[in-house]
Amino acid sequence: MMEKIICVCKHENPVGTKICANCGRPLTEEEQNSKVLDMKYDGSAIRSKTYNKSIVDKIWNFFSSVKVGVSLIIITLVAASIGTIFPQEFYVSAGTELERELYYEKTYGSLGKLYYSLGLADIYSSWWFQVLVGMLGISIIVASLDRGLPLYKSLKNQRVKRHESFMKRQRVIAEGAITEGDSARTLDLIEDKMKNLKYKVRREGNALLAERGRFARSGPYINHVGLIIFLLGVMFRLLPGFYVDEAMWIREGETRAVPGMDGYFLENEKFILETYDNDPTESQKQQGVNVVAKNYQTNVKLYKQSEDAVAGQSDNLELVQDYSIRVNHPLQQEGYSFYQMDFRLNELKEMRFSLTNKETGESLGPVNIDLTNPQKEYVIDDQTKVALLGYYPDFSGFENGEPQTKTPTPNNPAFIFKMITPEKPDGEVSFVAIQQTIEPNGDNAYKMAFQGVETRNMSGLTVHKDRTIPILAIGGFIFLLGVAIGSYWSHRRVWVQQLDDGTIMLAAHTNKNWFTIKKDIDAVTEYAHLPKYVDQLDVEEQNEKEGDNTL
Amino acid sequence: MSLIDISGYLLFIAFIAYLVATLLFGGAIKSKKPDGAVQRAEKWGKVAITVTIIGLLSQLGYFITRWIYTGHAPVSNMFEFTTAFGMFIVGAFILIYFMYRVVVLGFVALPIAILIIAYAAMFPNEVNPLVPSLQSYWLTVHVITAALGQSILAISAVAGLIYLLKDINSKQKSRNRFWLEFILYFVVLVVGFVVSSITFKAMDYEAQFTYVDKEEFESEIVYYMPAVFGMNEYQVLTDDVMEPLVEMPPIINAKKLTTVFWSFIFGTVIYLLIRLITRRRIIEMLQPLVQKVNLPLLDEIGYRSVLIGFPVFSLGALVFAMIWAQEAWGRFWGWDPKEVWALITWLFYAAFLHLRLSKGWEGRKSAWLALVGFAIILFNLIVVNLVIAGLHSYA
Repeated sequence: MMEKIICVCKHENPVGTKICANCGRPLTEEEQNSKVLDMKYDGSAIRSKTYNKSIVDKIWNFFSSVKVGVSLIIITLVAASIGTIFPQEFYVSAGTELERELYYEKTYGSLGKLYYSLGLADIYSSWWFQVLVGMLGISIIVASLDRGLPLYKSLKNQRVKRHESFMKRQRVIAEGAITEGDSARTLDLIEDKMKNLKYKVRREGNALLAERGRFARSGPYINHVGLIIFLLGVMFRLLPGFYVDEAMWIREGETRAVPGMDGYFLENEKFILETYDNDPTESQKQQGVNVVAKNYQTNVKLYKQSEDAVAGQSDNLELVQDYSIRVNHPLQQEGYSFYQMDFRLNELKEMRFSLTNKETGESLGPVNIDLTNPQKEYVIDDQTKVALLGYYPDFSGFENGEPQTKTPTPNNPAFIFKMITPEKPDGEVSFVAIQQTIEPNGDNAYKMAFQGVETRNMSGLTVHKDRTIPILAIGGFIFLLGVAIGSYWSHRRVWVQQLDDGTIMLAAHTNKNWFTIKKDIDAVTEYAHLPKYVDQLDVEEQNEKEGDNTL
Repeated sequence: MSLIDISGYLLFIAFIAYLVATLLFGGAIKSKKPDGAVQRAEKWGKVAITVTIIGLLSQLGYFITRWIYTGHAPVSNMFEFTTAFGMFIVGAFILIYFMYRVVVLGFVALPIAILIIAYAAMFPNEVNPLVPSLQSYWLTVHVITAALGQSILAISAVAGLIYLLKDINSKQKSRNRFWLEFILYFVVLVVGFVVSSITFKAMDYEAQFTYVDKEEFESEIVYYMPAVFGMNEYQVLTDDVMEPLVEMPPIINAKKLTTVFWSFIFGTVIYLLIRLITRRRIIEMLQPLVQKVNLPLLDEIGYRSVLIGFPVFSLGALVFAMIWAQEAWGRFWGWDPKEVWALITWLFYAAFLHLRLSKGWEGRKSAWLALVGFAIILFNLIVVNLVIAGLHSYA
């Protein structure tokens, strides 16, 4: 049950139309009383401005409102800025929630504590921030449909001839007799010149419409489509299989299964850290930096398990890639990328001892302990061996007489040895940590004399797969295309009518860049000897200024 | 003479050329008499724009020679980036000038560029080696495109400022007049920063302190201005220097606060001197210069600058930024403060365009928005780089 507004020209317009789509007569009282017509969406009926009864109408009108849209943008903007006051929690290295809370309180005082407890330290993952972005997305869709479709229809069905009341209410108008020449040729001259200026010209009797760059009107709608595709792409990330983000630490010489990438193994051949050998510059001094890193690099070999291998086992490996991963140069394989993210230098790899007689200093033989893979027993000969009763890779002290380890990483290794020698066949027990030896059963005859350590580097890599990237790329491209179309081109129209007495009535409209369309009209005015045009807004301003002067 | 010296001289020549061009643009708009004022404006304007172009070419020379010398695009620290930003503003002005031929734009755009370059010159200008994450051609592509977009957007603030200078009645008390004068006062504060830095540098002022930072490590710091604010648990190491008046908690960088303090003092003194000597507000002094401008045209120039700058900014500061972030860190977006502020800038100009298109925020409102936009850009340049810690921070 579409109601209609029937114009004087007998054309039926949908309810809500401001300017008759056929002849251009203003249909609402507001437009009839205005000096310059509101040419937004060419005066076509906008759903949100027409219906406001049902709940659907109300929701539709809410999201299509520019006021709401701009408010959403501003709220998002303010929320985003709040998130930059203190560092977000993912940039804080503290591990547990309690540690983080303490960190904020200790570093930033009570404001920091408040910031953390309000959830502002993780603002961008908060439900309300995501709801905000979601509402922005809905607003973009609804507003585009609400205005884009009627605008498209009305521009598609444009008539050449417009009513006087339309022409006179345009911003740039000209009226009067031509300044020289034969008025019968005027429309031809205008057509020539406008075509010359790359306008499309249509004529209907004594009326002419020159139009250029209509596609520019599609720019905003295209860029909104791009934004929506982009936002959808971001949402796809939540689907399983679309997104992999795993960290892996890998030591030099190690081969490890790649997390999140079944059947692949990565070997770390070497980690390289290079620094610049320059003298510290002024700004380095100001920042208290002595050396600047030049390169972080991990030389790796990526292997794939052959088809018939047992899952999880690292035999039957085929070399896939031999690559040097550097910052800005990730290793790429089948949609997965390996990034150089972190490193740890000189991790303890092996500790060397020698079983030594305390009195004579005589050594019975070396004992070398691989700290990531210690053995139960180190045999030197038949009667001489060292049993490893306990191993604490990251020794942190005693608790109830028991040695404790903080982590499984060999940062501060400690051992309980049982030394079996020909002299002491029952064995002597000794607790050995860095710079510390405890002999629980009194004075031993032998000791594990520390000889040295071997270290190696460890490289921190990130394994990434993001199948949403192509979607995001398409969205981004469409967005940029739309923005460029909407920004760098303008939709210009010039309507001309020649009245029976040969005088000319001209009106012009552009969605932006009046300066440019005026240059076009200047050119056609000179070429076809048209009467001089006026910009009704300039006139308005002049009047205002004059009004000021009389005060 | 090495390449880096030549580069320095070229930058100096550009600086002088911009100063001269500002005076010439002043001459081009100043003439009030009816006798051939138009031709004079034409003539002076032509000379002015020629000098501006010479300045830009000279600065391009600086940029290229420094690029060759350092081996990477000179946009990798505060001095280099800010200098380039000044250059792009001049470039953007020339572009808009040739579209609209409004000389008064030069009279405002060039002083802004001059101040920005002078501000840049207060930072250490030596060549720094690039850390691994910056060793990428995306440094060139992303930073230059983003700065270019910001510069074109800045021209809308130039047009907005001129619009307001003409539109706001300087004789009548109003909120508009207050805030406009406040903006001009802020410009004088930037001058205050430059003057205070140069003054203390000329005095060779240096004071060394130890302090305890927020991670509770003992560090050293050198002030180049008399320390008004002291770092957390500071100890003076240099003899015969001023003792700080107030000690700051560890999260506040008292050295930077001291710099802000001195800029504020110098700027305010300069501002008060101007007011005392001329017995007028700065608006009142500038207003006669902009009397002849056409307001709707200025409004359009402001709008057009946003239209030209917005896509460039989107491309450089968001799209290229995301591509590079994806390549360097494996995530195209990480909510780093600089990223967030680029997004905020983008959202702000998006709001600007929507308000203008649909709510009819034109003229004065639009001019104010353009100034707010530029304030956000400056915030992103200065505060985010120097105060808020993140991946992009320069100091």
